[in-house]
Amino acid sequence: MIITIASGKGGTGKTTVAASIALSLAAEQPTPPLFLDCDVEAPNAHLFLHPKLDEQKDVALLIPLVDEAKCTHCGKCADACQYHAIAVLGKKTLVFPQLCHGCGSCTALCPEKAITEIPDRMGVIERGQALVGISFARGVLDVGEPMAVPVIRQLKKWVTAQPGQVVIRDAPPGTSCPVVETMRGSDYLLLVTEPTPFGLHDLRLAAQVGREMGIPSGVIINRENGSYPALEEFCSENHLPVLLRIPFERVIAEGVAQGKTLVEIHPKYADHFIRMFTQIASLL
Amino acid sequence: MKIVLTTVSPDLETDVDPRFGRAANLLVVDTDTLEWKAESNPGASASGGAGIRAAQFVADQHAQAAISGDFGPHAFEALQAAGIAMYVYGDCQNAQQAIECFKAGQLQQVGGPTRGECDSGHHGQSA
Repeated sequence: MIITIASGKGGTGKTTVAASIALSLAAEQPTPPLFLDCDVEAPNAHLFLHPKLDEQKDVALLIPLVDEAKCTHCGKCADACQYHAIAVLGKKTLVFPQLCHGCGSCTALCPEKAITEIPDRMGVIERGQALVGISFARGVLDVGEPMAVPVIRQLKKWVTAQPGQVVIRDAPPGTSCPVVETMRGSDYLLLVTEPTPFGLHDLRLAAQVGREMGIPSGVIINRENGSYPALEEFCSENHLPVLLRIPFERVIAEGVAQGKTLVEIHPKYADHFIRMFTQIASLL
Repeated sequence: MKIVLTTVSPDLETDVDPRFGRAANLLVVDTDTLEWKAESNPGASASGGAGIRAAQFVADQHAQAAISGDFGPHAFEALQAAGIAMYVYGDCQNAQQAIECFKAGQLQQVGGPTRGECDSGHHGQSA
């Protein structure tokens, strides 16, 4: 089973929850889970799960290299590129690597065979063993690279779960392509939110993505501090079960700031997470 | 001399559009005859690489100069590669005024991008 933890809004507690679920399951299941930190622009789950990342692999995209001696500047490549990553400007054909999605259309369509493809590194994927036997993997996008999706895609391909092994994917914040790529292929979507207008606003968007992708979803309300009816209404109207409520507590904030997960701060949360997992499994 | 201006409406009596890649219209003007034509900017609706797309248009017109309020790094690189000179509007508010100023040599030519890169975190990479 693949569970993706997403939120819409940043800072709601995705990683805290994801790491806590992984630790709870590791103590309970015959095979400890596989944890993927898919927030490749700012991965931070390692701070909680302390993996020994002893395997690395570069992620590169194949981008076009134009042989100006063969190029007739016919413009077919530029017409084909919907990202405008290649442009024919008078007697010059320019490639903009940061806009290229590596689809290969320009190479395939060039009538002069003037385009070859060269790898352009954009990040790295890493894996190793973390606490309590958890298999851990993460992607790290290089500074200045704008596209996270290829790194996430490679990360998902690189690690395979063993039969019966639960996969926990920690998603990036937001609802754009990197989040969609992280969610894709998941069996269940856990949306971590906070009872604030911002939290609710972004939960709406994230829940919409999940619905569009046909992934069953549930909500965890973090930092709950009294009642926030608008959030409850949204969840019930959209048939999103509230699976867990984590109170707004100073001791939790302090613990997380010291790199502790919820189950380390309050061991009773291990039971909460196991129960939640059982509930999710029964929903599927 | 053929020049291209970024404008709000597709005519000569229009305000200038200070954006290059995302300008609504591109006005192609012959500064000698004042013949002109306006086209909607193919870059305006691009999911990414708007500046490059607009620069491609300017190059395809065989224009020698582009006038706008702003040239980003990609647009600058593309226009420079095509050998097209770039000028900024400065105080000019409408297209006719800008053409006059250009002819009088009063517009400032730019030698580098006039701003940093746009946020390019998710330029239309479809899911």
